[in-house]
Amino acid sequence: MTTTNYDPRILKAPHPVPGAPDNWKRFFSFNTDAKVIGIQYIVTSLFFLLVGGLLAMIVRGELLTPPADLVDPTVYNGLYTMHGTVMLFLFLFPILNGFNNLLIPTMIGAPDMAFPRLNAAAFWLVPVFATVLMGSFFAPGGPASSGWWSYPPMSLQNPLGHFINGQFLWILAVALSGISSIMGAVNFVTTIIRMRAPGMGFFKMPIFIWTAWAAQTIQLIGLPPLTGGAVMLLFDLSFGTSFFRPEGGGDPVLFQHFFWFYSHPAVYVLVLPVFGIFSELFPVYARKPLFGYKFVAIASFGITFLSMIVWAHHMFYTGTPNWMRHIFMFTTMLIAVPTGVKVFAWLGTLWRGNLRLNTPMLFCLGGLFNFIFAGITGVMLATVPIDIHVGNTAFVVAHFHYVIFNTIGFGVFAGIYHWFPKFTGRMYYEGLGKVHFVLTFIGATLNWLPLHWAGLLGMPRRVASYDPEFAIWNVLGSIGAFMLGVASIPFILNMVSSWARGPQAPPNPWRAIGLEWLLPSPPPAENFQDDIPTVISEPYGYGLGRPLVEDEEFYVRRSQEA
Amino acid sequence: MTSTTPKKSPNIGAIVIITIAVGLNLVIAKMMANWSYSWFPPQASSAAPYVDDLFALETGIGSFIFFGCTGFMGWVLLFNRAGKYDESDGAPIEGNTKLEITWTIIPLVTVFLIATYSMNVNMKLQTLGPKHKYAIGTDPTVLIAKDPKADIGPIDVIARQWSWEFIYPNGVRSSELHLPVDQRVNFRLISEDVIHSFFVPAFRLKQDIIPGSIISYSLTPTKEGRFRLRDAMFSGAYFSQNQTNVVVESEATYTNWLKTTASQPLQPGLDPGRALYDRRLARGDKGWATVPPAPPPQVNDPGDPSIPHDA
Repeated sequence: MTTTNYDPRILKAPHPVPGAPDNWKRFFSFNTDAKVIGIQYIVTSLFFLLVGGLLAMIVRGELLTPPADLVDPTVYNGLYTMHGTVMLFLFLFPILNGFNNLLIPTMIGAPDMAFPRLNAAAFWLVPVFATVLMGSFFAPGGPASSGWWSYPPMSLQNPLGHFINGQFLWILAVALSGISSIMGAVNFVTTIIRMRAPGMGFFKMPIFIWTAWAAQTIQLIGLPPLTGGAVMLLFDLSFGTSFFRPEGGGDPVLFQHFFWFYSHPAVYVLVLPVFGIFSELFPVYARKPLFGYKFVAIASFGITFLSMIVWAHHMFYTGTPNWMRHIFMFTTMLIAVPTGVKVFAWLGTLWRGNLRLNTPMLFCLGGLFNFIFAGITGVMLATVPIDIHVGNTAFVVAHFHYVIFNTIGFGVFAGIYHWFPKFTGRMYYEGLGKVHFVLTFIGATLNWLPLHWAGLLGMPRRVASYDPEFAIWNVLGSIGAFMLGVASIPFILNMVSSWARGPQAPPNPWRAIGLEWLLPSPPPAENFQDDIPTVISEPYGYGLGRPLVEDEEFYVRRSQEA
Repeated sequence: MTSTTPKKSPNIGAIVIITIAVGLNLVIAKMMANWSYSWFPPQASSAAPYVDDLFALETGIGSFIFFGCTGFMGWVLLFNRAGKYDESDGAPIEGNTKLEITWTIIPLVTVFLIATYSMNVNMKLQTLGPKHKYAIGTDPTVLIAKDPKADIGPIDVIARQWSWEFIYPNGVRSSELHLPVDQRVNFRLISEDVIHSFFVPAFRLKQDIIPGSIISYSLTPTKEGRFRLRDAMFSGAYFSQNQTNVVVESEATYTNWLKTTASQPLQPGLDPGRALYDRRLARGDKGWATVPPAPPPQVNDPGDPSIPHDA
């Protein structure tokens, strides 16, 4: 192993870090410090979690009763379209990029990202496309209202005929989001490959780094086709081409291929880093090494590979021939294998551990519980004959919210609590955290578990009204949704008050093993600066009594003195 | 990466507990599988029993995995909690290669078996016929030959924003879909505007209707009753209203209906989005933009949406 595997010029480069670390103005500037950008991402996306949640509560308010009586159906359609779009492009993608920014450099011992200016530019695109997307509420005719899939020819209808319309702004915002994501992905992958600390071979990287790498690889492969599809859709909508318009000989189903070729793997872009968070946190709070580190690491890229060849399972009932349905059923079900490896590894990590149930661990356990359930309904949806019945019903809505909120959302909260002391330098309040967990777990279960039965009974998704036999499931779902709204109160209270006046956090409050915990809380600009530790062990050496890095005492002492 | 636990003689207590747990889990899984049949609407087509059986099988396997894993989590939470001031580490087990290979191979074999079985079931359903593209404005029905196995049809199913129209081979037009029980019926699915989906939950069948394509589709109703036909692919403002009924009746009733309806004059059919659109116009066209509903289809039998449906 060479002594260093990153370019020394990066370390010596004059690094633009305006302002002192306690200068709050840096969060509103074009700052190139990955830790500042990470917090910018996370705070921005949490704001949009509230926006998306508010939209969801109006949607659930409409669904509280069978008839369409709360808002006009056109408004309902716009609201649920924007709910999905905001939650994906303004909450989940940015918040996970926030984690990438905070964790990738600190976990691999790099001073910053490989391309700090590109990194800041990628973040500042978020407010730009957020403004475009939010501005579309005021476009003539209202925002996009064809669902976040924007399937043509529905999305091309443009009833008022204006050039600037909700759908136009929506495509523009999604394309900008894609550009921002590609800029981020180039940066994250380069940083992981080129800037690891001396001694940190691939099989000494923490699992979060593995999963971030696997996820960002999907972004690099999948986003170009989606962007191509979006450009064609924009041309069909605004310039009269007919790539997807049947009147001009176009094929509306072609768009579905472009769309799902990226948008199914996109789920893995979101869930892989959360698998990384689970893999980081279970060992810390079970006080045990991660069970089968290498299997878990490799399984990440198994998921990346399989995610590329499953997209047509969204199209089992569009008239796809049987051979195609069968191939995609097989590939989709195969995803259960690498994800199963991870789930069993986490269970193996808990086994004979010494479990500490603080807030991050509770969110991890809740997320794992929900993910096992979501995995099972996922295999059901992959089964062609079952999907032909439950596809496009509330069952699908229930399934993907079990993945996207009850797993990914839980993992995100776990990560926020776990690394809060590290990056703010303050402890959060455990009691409020537990209240947040209990409300979130009950609310989420009540919201989405009953909808599975509504779907099995045949309630389509995206409806503004429904037959009365579905009322009971929807009433329960709406109560759960409002409860999730309430759950955000202790969370906001905790984050704001802890960051403002929480107790000072020590460098390593959880006695965790990892490079980021050898830094002071919060870490200084450029992290380890000139003294980058040399990694000598696999991560997660809990109970093994082996040092992670050469001269570990020095780094521990230095982090405490800072 | 091997287990650090030294080899020891089998622990009788552990074996008994695991056997009881697995046995209990099997019983629960079987109960869940049996219970799952009640989560569906009645079985009203020849496809429904296959779908429900497959779902019950996966519910059984899924329940076994779910309760197995979460039961394990429950056990760990009960017996492996750290005390308040206990800062010690757990057993430093880094992995067990044999176990890891096992839990890679078993899911692999399981999903392979499920997928193979599902593939066979899918081949038995045989609902989807040929799909042909056509130029908008031409008559697509000439492109599709009659399903040779079908007893009835082809019935043209025309989906619009937001209404359904069914045209029978003898020229009868209806807003509700009347079908004789236990006869294979063939449809030609046509959309005049956006993508719709022909979804009858009691039949467990769903097929998207793609504008610019005509799709041949066949199914066999097996139970008499009134079942909801719901548009399942989002189709715009009044998507959730775009529903009608499928009336499955005895062959005699069906023949009689076809004969008497043929003599009925054409009249505006079911147009479920219209009332909400009129309400919107009455309120000053407030709300976000929508295309207006297509004119109601002219049909011989407009149906009666006030009769309650069975599922």
